[in-house]
Amino acid sequence: MSLPSEPVLAPAAEVAGSGPSRPAEGRGPWRTAVRRLRRNRSAMVSLAVLLAVAALTLLAPAYAGWLGIDPFRSNLAGTTVIDGQSVPVMEPSTTGLGLGVTPIGPTWDLGGYLLGADNQGRDVAARLLYGGRNSLLIAGSATALCLVLATLVGLVAGYMGGIVDMVLSRILDVLWAFPVYLLAISLSIVLLTSAFTIGPVTITAGSLLLPIGIIGVIYVPYVARPIRARVLTLRQSEFVLAAIGLGLPTGRILRKDVLPNLLPTLIVFVPILLALAITTESALSYLSIGVQPPDASWGTIIQDGQTLLYSRPWVALAPGLAIVVTVLALNVLGDAVRDALDARGHGR
Amino acid sequence: MLATIAARLGQMAFVMFGISVLVFLIFFATPGSDPAARIAGRNASPETVEQIRHDFGFDRALPVQYAVMMKRLFVTRDLTSFVNRGQKVIPEVLDAIPATLSLVGGAAVLWVLGSLAVGVAAAALRDTVVDRGLMILTLIGISAPVFWLGEVMNLLSQSRYHDTWLFSWVPGLGYVPLSESVGGWFKALVIPWITLAVLYIGIYGRVLRANLIEAYSEDYIRTARAKGLSPARIMLRHALRTSLLPFVTMFGLDFGALVGGAALLTEVVFGLNGVGRLTFHALQNLDLPVILATVIYASFFVVAANAVVDMLYAVIDPRVRA
Amino acid sequence: MSPLLDVRNLRVTFATDGGPVTAVHDVSFAVQPGEVLAIVGESGSGKSVSLLSVLGLVDRRRTTVEGQATFRGEPLLGLPERALRRIRGRDIALISQDPMTALTPVHRIGAQIAEQIRAHERVGRSKARDRAVALLRDVNIPMPERAVDRYPHELSGGMRQRAVIAMALSCNPALLVADEPTTALDTTVQAQVLDLLRRLSAEHGSSVVLITHDMGVVAEMATRVAVMYAGRIVETGTVAEVFDDPWHPYTWGLLDSIPPLTGPRPRRLPSIAGMPPPPGRTEPGCPFAPRCRAAMPVCLRPPPEQVAGGHRALCVLDAPARAALRPPRVAA
Repeated sequence: MSLPSEPVLAPAAEVAGSGPSRPAEGRGPWRTAVRRLRRNRSAMVSLAVLLAVAALTLLAPAYAGWLGIDPFRSNLAGTTVIDGQSVPVMEPSTTGLGLGVTPIGPTWDLGGYLLGADNQGRDVAARLLYGGRNSLLIAGSATALCLVLATLVGLVAGYMGGIVDMVLSRILDVLWAFPVYLLAISLSIVLLTSAFTIGPVTITAGSLLLPIGIIGVIYVPYVARPIRARVLTLRQSEFVLAAIGLGLPTGRILRKDVLPNLLPTLIVFVPILLALAITTESALSYLSIGVQPPDASWGTIIQDGQTLLYSRPWVALAPGLAIVVTVLALNVLGDAVRDALDARGHGR
Repeated sequence: MLATIAARLGQMAFVMFGISVLVFLIFFATPGSDPAARIAGRNASPETVEQIRHDFGFDRALPVQYAVMMKRLFVTRDLTSFVNRGQKVIPEVLDAIPATLSLVGGAAVLWVLGSLAVGVAAAALRDTVVDRGLMILTLIGISAPVFWLGEVMNLLSQSRYHDTWLFSWVPGLGYVPLSESVGGWFKALVIPWITLAVLYIGIYGRVLRANLIEAYSEDYIRTARAKGLSPARIMLRHALRTSLLPFVTMFGLDFGALVGGAALLTEVVFGLNGVGRLTFHALQNLDLPVILATVIYASFFVVAANAVVDMLYAVIDPRVRA
Repeated sequence: MSPLLDVRNLRVTFATDGGPVTAVHDVSFAVQPGEVLAIVGESGSGKSVSLLSVLGLVDRRRTTVEGQATFRGEPLLGLPERALRRIRGRDIALISQDPMTALTPVHRIGAQIAEQIRAHERVGRSKARDRAVALLRDVNIPMPERAVDRYPHELSGGMRQRAVIAMALSCNPALLVADEPTTALDTTVQAQVLDLLRRLSAEHGSSVVLITHDMGVVAEMATRVAVMYAGRIVETGTVAEVFDDPWHPYTWGLLDSIPPLTGPRPRRLPSIAGMPPPPGRTEPGCPFAPRCRAAMPVCLRPPPEQVAGGHRALCVLDAPARAALRPPRVAA
């Protein structure tokens, strides 16, 4: 997987040529970037969509409360009201051999079973919101973890150089040579079978920390390598060399000179990692090795919907669509963020 | 020259060694994992577990176990599965390769042609409706999880529209070997091909478009225009030719990874018994010998693809040859 | 004699994030057959943009080009792309600034030269290749039969520029546009390339538009010169006229900043204080006024044109005023 590059062309540059002919403009680089971003309509729409999705998922408990149900409890014998009539949630099958029960389909009624019921008679729409909460939570935490780890590794490797760099780079190479999903699956399967402790922290099999940790770790090479490259360049830049020459402590140099210049690179990675994390988590959960019951995520709901795929497709369709919309918005936003930050640096 | 090849091979071997160790450690050395207990299954008596532990040599030191397993895998080639007792691992992997190759190869043809068309069209018609439309489609292509897309395709082709002319020819899920029936092989693979290709057309189409647009802002394109060349020639022989390099390197890496088993989600959704699916089942059952074999197979392809791509660099980009 | 290229009232406007920016304001110049016209000015003065717009080589979607331009009496601006393509490379050829990036890196230079020939003439592959070899020989590239198969990165900067010149001359164009052909080269190589350009353009009978910021190059190569500042031509005339009796204060500044070959070495080279206005500046009046040592309140209004035969300047100073400020130099 590679980071696509999409430079911005500024025709004014064709006119102005290089530096000295244009008087200095007094706008900070961050504000220019934000301004560019704000002017990008599709980016603003995507941002709105993302905020809407996040808001909806946060309202999950409120929705469930309003419906008066517990979307995690089996409801096989339950009933609901459609068009004023009381209808069992699990109705006799009309397909196949006509034996067994099939959950009801979408009622398109916000008041109950908007998207129908799943195999356990639970309200899919409510579960969708709860699932979204977990999916987004895992994606966000994994992204944060990945960025922190990758920055650490990239900084150390790029700044120290020498043996440290070589060892770290080799480790990153080996990690990245593993097809990412295989590594995720391997780790998930192994770590799911039992609890384990790292120092004071005990992680049980069903904990959400597991997918967070795994996803956060497996994408570290993806981020750490560009960070390391950037650190290598910064290390040779004049202001860093000057700071070293002045004998300033390494920590201060890293904090004040290197880190702020890494920020644009890191920021660009945020939407990309979020999209990758959501997709990876959904794949793991679909394979039943991500989020574990009774918790739900968009991936687990797709898995729930698999047996019902031909009879009640909405159980599987809805979470997939939710993922598509969210990841789409993240991708659009990611492109826009990169454009906004790129152009300010080079002004081509 | 020989020295660089040797160094490269050494590096490849090192990476594969590292991966095999990593996998071994993951499955044998993670705290709380007890392979003997897993093989024995739940509710096994402690004596059974102990017996298994002894039989399989789990009571020996880790490096010894690793060495024994590697020897049986590569040297004596009689490593057998933990789960399907007696089933030799290497033949099992070899049997699964045709399905994966068929899936990935066909999808690759589709996605290369598709992304070339999309990238060139979008770049040539930049900022028109066509360009915007193509970019939206590619965005959707990369945003849909491949396993979900496969499910949707199944829904449409196997169930909802199965009776229409559009999908009536679609056979049930599963792989039909080429040797059995060419038509059957083809028909069973068309939908999986499309599903897998959609994602990659999205990725590659967008990258190609970006690279072409960047190439167009270069001086040599202005020179080409000043020479009076036709736009088609400029696009194909100048812009596309120089944009091929990143395209080919990405393709090499992705193709290598997919052949190595990264297509497992597609294989699982469509019931194709390829290497990816084999890997997944092995992982699910914690069948370590099979896992080791498939993972090493996978890493070999990834590493080999890396090397091939590096060599292709020299062929495609004359600047590197010096 | 009617001019080969006649540009009148050229106006080029770019659409940018910050609004439309006019890079070239009302520029007029003409190139006669057989002459070398130098267009000189600083970076950003609009000299390249002017020529590129006339040839239709700017980004059509973001650029508006207004005015008239005729080539051999036929209109050039507004010509459909297809017709323009016939002219480009065959009748008007471009030599661009940076030989490092001017050639496509993945094709051999012989192939690139042959490509141009075959785009305009019905010539077979091997004949085109032979012509490419002959062209490379003309530009003094050693062992042209071998050079033909080389890739651009295998040649040095000077060699590459020669190859670009060979390519430009391949179809015997009537007009060569050389956009700062020596700027990216070492000084030792610059002289060689300029010699080459002068000799070949004379041999082929091509006129040359030489875009440069180097007054020395102008003195060496050109028959006529046009001085551009802030998107306008502020002075134009024969080289003798402009160098011996410059009329515009900007031209004074350009000439004064050339290090003298003889006499005491100056401690500081005179330079023009200040910076050119950013493109898109819309205030009326002389654009050079803020930096002009002869500026007067009347310069806030659009400057008139001073004319004497072929010598023109966009300035309010007339002959007596000029003489007071800067006596004309006697030709040395």
